[in-house]
Amino acid sequence: MAEELTPISNDDVVWMEEPEMGFWESTFLPAIFSGLKNSLRHVTDFKPVTQQYPEEKPDLPLNYRGVHRLNRDDKGRVKCVACMMCSTACPARCIDIVAEEAPKDDPLWADRDKRPKSFVIDELKCIYCGMCEEACPVDSIELTHIYDLTGMTRQEMKFNKEKLLEVFDKTKDNPRDPIRTHRGVLGPASDFTSLPPVGPATQIPQGDKASKPVSTDVIKQG
Amino acid sequence: MSWEFFLVTLITIGVAFGGLMGTIAYLILVERRLAAFIQDRYGPNRVGWAGLLQPIADGAKFLLKEDVIPGYVNKTLYILGPSIAVFTAMAGFAIVPFGPVDQAPSWMRFVIAPDVNIGMIYIFCVGSLGVYGVILGGWASNNKYSSLGSMRASAQVVSYEIPLGMSIIGVVLMTSSLSLNDILMHQAKFGILGWNVWTQPLALLIFFVSALAETNRLPFDLSECEQELVGGFHTEYSSMKFALYFLGEYAHIITVCFLTAILFFGGWQFPLIAEADSAYLGATLVKVVVLLTKVLLIILLIMFIRWTIPRFRFDQLMNLAWLGLIPMAALNILVVMTAKQFDWPIWTLPLGSLAIFVAAGLIGTSGKFIVSDQTVDFGESPEGYAHVHS
Repeated sequence: MAEELTPISNDDVVWMEEPEMGFWESTFLPAIFSGLKNSLRHVTDFKPVTQQYPEEKPDLPLNYRGVHRLNRDDKGRVKCVACMMCSTACPARCIDIVAEEAPKDDPLWADRDKRPKSFVIDELKCIYCGMCEEACPVDSIELTHIYDLTGMTRQEMKFNKEKLLEVFDKTKDNPRDPIRTHRGVLGPASDFTSLPPVGPATQIPQGDKASKPVSTDVIKQG
Repeated sequence: MSWEFFLVTLITIGVAFGGLMGTIAYLILVERRLAAFIQDRYGPNRVGWAGLLQPIADGAKFLLKEDVIPGYVNKTLYILGPSIAVFTAMAGFAIVPFGPVDQAPSWMRFVIAPDVNIGMIYIFCVGSLGVYGVILGGWASNNKYSSLGSMRASAQVVSYEIPLGMSIIGVVLMTSSLSLNDILMHQAKFGILGWNVWTQPLALLIFFVSALAETNRLPFDLSECEQELVGGFHTEYSSMKFALYFLGEYAHIITVCFLTAILFFGGWQFPLIAEADSAYLGATLVKVVVLLTKVLLIILLIMFIRWTIPRFRFDQLMNLAWLGLIPMAALNILVVMTAKQFDWPIWTLPLGSLAIFVAAGLIGTSGKFIVSDQTVDFGESPEGYAHVHS
């Protein structure tokens, strides 16, 4: 009866004994003295690991994600094409974009279709995950190394287009914040003159529903 | 009692009190810097040169912070708690001589309350009253963590009062006096070899360990252990009341360090520069400096111990007092009494201390064998868990 209820088989139980204390161990004194010696060594051989922050700046990793910037292209225009991909990708929903058509009669904007009328990032809402950077098809939005962002009001922490471009002007020459891809010109999405055919991203086995073309009867009519 | 006596007393009190307060403020800075060094940090180094103005900033902060008295506390006791803590610590310090009392110039005294010939008893009475501040504060806070802390404090002090008192009986027996100055002079007569640390090393060990427990210092700060009890007895205290607890605790530590220096390390006596009969110009000052240096070294040792030894568990704390220190202290008293009764030479005392210590160590070692030789059988357990046969 007792054997049945045993949750662990007796063969699996290993009984541990606490190690025997020797004479010096049971008097505690050698352990205390060696501990004191260790403490004293830290004082006499003082090697602090603290960074003295305002004087010593931290050495950030290269993939550090700080304040955003909006990149400019080679003509000084904002690279952003107001596609809303970043604000869609944003998990914190801190990006607010209002798009407008680029003025066709202006020679500066002749080759562009769309541009942001306003582009506001709430830096207080942002969680600095970098997903906007990943989502951007034209390499416009990037995160910089600026980590010491402060402000007196919530309003001034809402960065608009001008302020984000200003961050770009401030950080573009810093070797830590290079313009990462497509220096000067718009990113890959802007090169498309016609949309390439979309193929399946992975190999789909024959006979899979996904490999068949969409038939009209799948979509409910009416 | 002339008015000059009154005036000198008042000034002595003022100077000693102010000096003590300033010393405590800077000791806290020293402790914080030392803790930082031991932990490979810098510690407070911003206010003033190397952080030297930090105590002043801290004091200003304590004074200016909002003094919160929660609505659910027992107000009288809540305010009484820190007051008692500071009062008893100051009263205990009043009879500690901080220099050669008999050579002091008439305009200056090295002890606030002169001619207290029951010095030791007075200090232990007042010192153990200090725990009332902790108990009252913890109880009045009406908070379970506070009352747990104060309960621990009371049990701890009740246990450690006994070895603390017993450890100095040997010293008092050898001197035949309870006055701190007499005990000091008795050692100073024989030079550095007359220090009680040579004749009563075991008493020093027991006294020092119990004193750490009395002052709620690590490794015995069970009453305020942050990891278990939020803040312990002072969880509900803020601003100046909190600071008062700290002042009281530190004043207590300073008193205990003075006692250790005076009882076991010959007080202001030091070979060549500060003998009992040295009367060169400024000898008095040198003696004060020697005593203060000894006290500072002991305080530094206590700080080092704080950042070296982890906190005891409560049962270990009780075991140490009742199974370790109290029997050893009792045996030590027996050895000193025997030696005094039969006029044994002085070198028998350290041998006796050593013998007791070795015996305690051997019992601690072989005690494990006694327990592990027994067969432990928990009987028929309903759950059917494996029985223990060792």
